[in-house]
Amino acid sequence: MTLSIFIQNVMNALQWGSFYALIALGYSMVYGVLLLINFAHGDIFMVGAYIGFFISTFLLGAYGFQLPWKLSGGLVIFLTFLLTMALTAGVGVAIERVAYRPLRRKGVSRLYLVITALMVGLLLENGNLALLGASRRNFPELIPKVLYSVGGVNFSNTKIIVIIVTLLVFVFLQTVVLKTKWGMAMRAISYDRMAVPLMGVPVDTIIVMTFVLGSSMAAVAGILFAVSYPVLEPYMGALVGWKAFIAAVVGGIGEIRGAIAGGFILGFTEIFVATVFPSTFRDLIAFGVLLLILTLRPNGIFGIARRTKV
Amino acid sequence: MLLCVEDLRVGYGPIEALHGITFGVREGEIVTLIGANGAGKSTTLMSIMRLPPPEAPVYHSGKMIFEGRDLTQFSPHHVVSRLGISLVPEGRRIFGNLTVWENLKIAAYAHEDRQEIQKKTKRIFGLFPRLEERRHQAADTLSGGEQQMLSVARAMMTGGRMMLLDEPSMGLAPFLMYELFHVLKEINQQGTTILLVEQNARIALKYAHRGYVLETGNILLEGDARELAKDEKVKKAYLGE
Repeated sequence: MTLSIFIQNVMNALQWGSFYALIALGYSMVYGVLLLINFAHGDIFMVGAYIGFFISTFLLGAYGFQLPWKLSGGLVIFLTFLLTMALTAGVGVAIERVAYRPLRRKGVSRLYLVITALMVGLLLENGNLALLGASRRNFPELIPKVLYSVGGVNFSNTKIIVIIVTLLVFVFLQTVVLKTKWGMAMRAISYDRMAVPLMGVPVDTIIVMTFVLGSSMAAVAGILFAVSYPVLEPYMGALVGWKAFIAAVVGGIGEIRGAIAGGFILGFTEIFVATVFPSTFRDLIAFGVLLLILTLRPNGIFGIARRTKV
Repeated sequence: MLLCVEDLRVGYGPIEALHGITFGVREGEIVTLIGANGAGKSTTLMSIMRLPPPEAPVYHSGKMIFEGRDLTQFSPHHVVSRLGISLVPEGRRIFGNLTVWENLKIAAYAHEDRQEIQKKTKRIFGLFPRLEERRHQAADTLSGGEQQMLSVARAMMTGGRMMLLDEPSMGLAPFLMYELFHVLKEINQQGTTILLVEQNARIALKYAHRGYVLETGNILLEGDARELAKDEKVKKAYLGE
């Protein structure tokens, strides 16, 4: 492997790692607060990509409907991100309200919540299929592709954007969790949920905020993914979602740093396995490696063993 | 009466845990509920705080009135933030992953008034200088006694009208226990009404003004704390004399 190919692969690994990391964040945050594995989260990523598709095509005037004023390219990008994040967050919160909260109120075992989450995921996939049909959609070229070539390494601007946005999201979420009172409440809930209302903290509000953050990050991932690989289909979130979930577990579920680390580890293993072995081996070996990591560190890289309470 | 509980019935699933208990706490008092394991003491406190199942019981019937307001209409965080009732839960339940200072800050979550928070912080650190020394330490590195102090300090931060305590003496060495009760007395004298649940009836009756004896979900006896301490049945069953 020459150096330029190696660097090329590092770039690809960082890009895929970014997608996994952005989705893994949502799994991780919701788990941290609710101890719920929100299996619908991969499909929220898909919903985010679709919402991004409709908003960007609308803003670009693809529906024979012209906005009364002309939007600059930058503004279209900005508005697409903003509106998509807001609407996807709305979807995440709605799922929490309709599917998870009533069960939580009844104090049912977490197992039922996880199964409900799986069903919600299937509902989103098949709801999309029923509403929009099986045809794939082409995401518009929201960010015009520019190709750079530096010392024999070829890369596009979208790759760089994906990586930078992921790092910004990481810094933003770390700040929220470590420096704000909402983040403090989220950490407190993950330690002892029963004691949190005793502090005068509205637990449901914190849970809603967690879903807002997780779902809007899935929306960011959805748009970035669609910009890089502009074909949308209803099941696009299923496999990526599963992989991101595994990334979250490998990093240590419930930890922001864990989600990021796990995402990048998965990205690197996948890409580099594929450079050495036939591509059909990719997932087999990648997950074998992750299994090995979990065997050595069952709580994940940044995870700590949860104190079990009597 | 500041807090008035009348014919309260609550349960866990199909099992009724309190069979219609009636008691009251006057403004400025220290009142204790004593009784054996499983008598319903913690259940009573969790009902007042309106904590959700499955840890806490489900409300069936009866009245819980605080300052003329029906507690059943409040969610747990509003019982704390709007009514000023706080609970020091059994087993301390401090947030071990937060620092001592963050534990106090989260207890001030619903407070907007910065000056008020500063005043309370000063009072808390006045009573518990050890917590000030260790404010940047993760709370799970504190000793058991310090964790109990932190739990009380948090309750002081959230509320002020009334403090409920669930077995605060549990697991404390005798001298720490007396130190804690001394502080509780001081908190009471500064204007916080206290409802105290204890298995250690001796110390509870020593510091309380009045007491109730709870047995399997029913109030068995009530009266002045000193009178109760002299009662033959109480002596035999709870004081080991």
